[in-house]
Amino acid sequence: MPANERVAQRATGPVENGSAAPVPLRAALGSFTRLFAVQGSWNYETLLGNGIAFCAEPLLRGLPPERYHAALARQSRYFNAHPYLAGVAVGALARAELDGVDPAQIERFRTALCGPLGSVGDQLVWAGWLPLCSLIALGVFAVGQGALVTLGTFLGLYNIGHVALRAWGLRVGLRRGMRVAPALANPILRDGPAALARIAAVIAGLILPLALQRVIGPGRALAGVVAAIAVVGAVVLARFGTRATGWRATLIVLAAFVLYSVVR
Amino acid sequence: MSPAPLLVSAIPVALLGGVLGLDMVSFPQVMLSRPLVSATLAGAFVGRASAGLLIGVVLELLALETLPFGASRYAEWGTAGAVGGAVYAGQHVGAAGALPVATFAALATAVFSSRSMVWLRQWNARDARRMRAAIDAGSAKAVNAAQLRGLAMDYFRGTAVTFIALAALYPLSEQLVALWGTDAVHSRAVVTALAATVAAGAIWTLCHRAARAGWLFVLGLCAGTAILFLQ
Repeated sequence: MPANERVAQRATGPVENGSAAPVPLRAALGSFTRLFAVQGSWNYETLLGNGIAFCAEPLLRGLPPERYHAALARQSRYFNAHPYLAGVAVGALARAELDGVDPAQIERFRTALCGPLGSVGDQLVWAGWLPLCSLIALGVFAVGQGALVTLGTFLGLYNIGHVALRAWGLRVGLRRGMRVAPALANPILRDGPAALARIAAVIAGLILPLALQRVIGPGRALAGVVAAIAVVGAVVLARFGTRATGWRATLIVLAAFVLYSVVR
Repeated sequence: MSPAPLLVSAIPVALLGGVLGLDMVSFPQVMLSRPLVSATLAGAFVGRASAGLLIGVVLELLALETLPFGASRYAEWGTAGAVGGAVYAGQHVGAAGALPVATFAALATAVFSSRSMVWLRQWNARDARRMRAAIDAGSAKAVNAAQLRGLAMDYFRGTAVTFIALAALYPLSEQLVALWGTDAVHSRAVVTALAATVAAGAIWTLCHRAARAGWLFVLGLCAGTAILFLQ
């Protein structure tokens, strides 16, 4: 066995698929750190491809030079995933490369991973966890807290979930390798988005009147009018939402209001 | 921020804008780029964190509908929040038009920064094509270099967008606020109504993601309104 493969034998934990090539702790930590920059060279052609190779590189260093270069070239091709779940792909693909799986099989596995890792992450994080944490922070502001507590609550809460998800992804990928698919049926990934949406709905209803009240400030009498406008406007946005995003529509209305207020 | 040394005083906020813009997609995505955070930090840089927080809340309500799915085009709130926070915190306390004008500046910046992300992604693609031979040969040096250049360009993009937006919009904002003719209460109410409308639309979408979420929203709304009346 070559020296570099012996180095790779220093185990950091049990491997569930019977692999004979555990990953050194230093390599796993290096890969985990790089995951935070996985989208550093995101582009419309290879999407996350180069980022996957960038993150997998520390894990592949134990391979003999020929296999190392071939693996790195393979991992830099087109790939798409949610950035927080990219660790699942990085871990599983690196595991497959370390185990000497047939390159054609790795290519097929890589293609199959793209879809689920994108859609699961989008629903869980962008459409679930992020709005929930945002609404909780708005609630903290609504009850009268200042900048430090509001930002601390938002960043602290959000990043507990964020960092945990990245760490779980890399760990499960490295442990399960090509058998990572059942891990994506984890109840948190499967049922989490719906549960988060329900919690966010309650919190949104609870905090919205309070947060708006604090922003309006002295104009308390206008709160009812603001709420009525919001309801009617939301219905209009929901009706025409596919043609105009809310913030762009807001920019147009606000430009008209600024013009009116300046020339009157 | 005083008008005379505007370009000099814009530099620290622009450097902060670079960090906030970088966080949106490239590194480390810890949500410093959310407008609640970016506007508050920019406000703190100008000396009024509480003002930054207030406009940050307005922009956060507007950002609730933004879902940054992969290749879709969306507002880049890091630099937009920094500009909004700096412009609002830089106005006189109690200026009637400060909130609407600063929100307008933030949203105008969001249009520009959203476009700048497309340019960055096209630049990244050209860079990757240029490096293709070395990357296809499995060169770690080429892979790492492409990644680091992308990160550096994104930081430069965020800094440049913030600086240009501040240089163009801050003096304009001061002029607009000086000429403002609507009273403070109604000015704030208009901005709040617009932000609440977009937030309500986003929550409407959220409620359609799970069974009974709409009823839970109504339940929360009743509780929130009751608390408001009891205060």
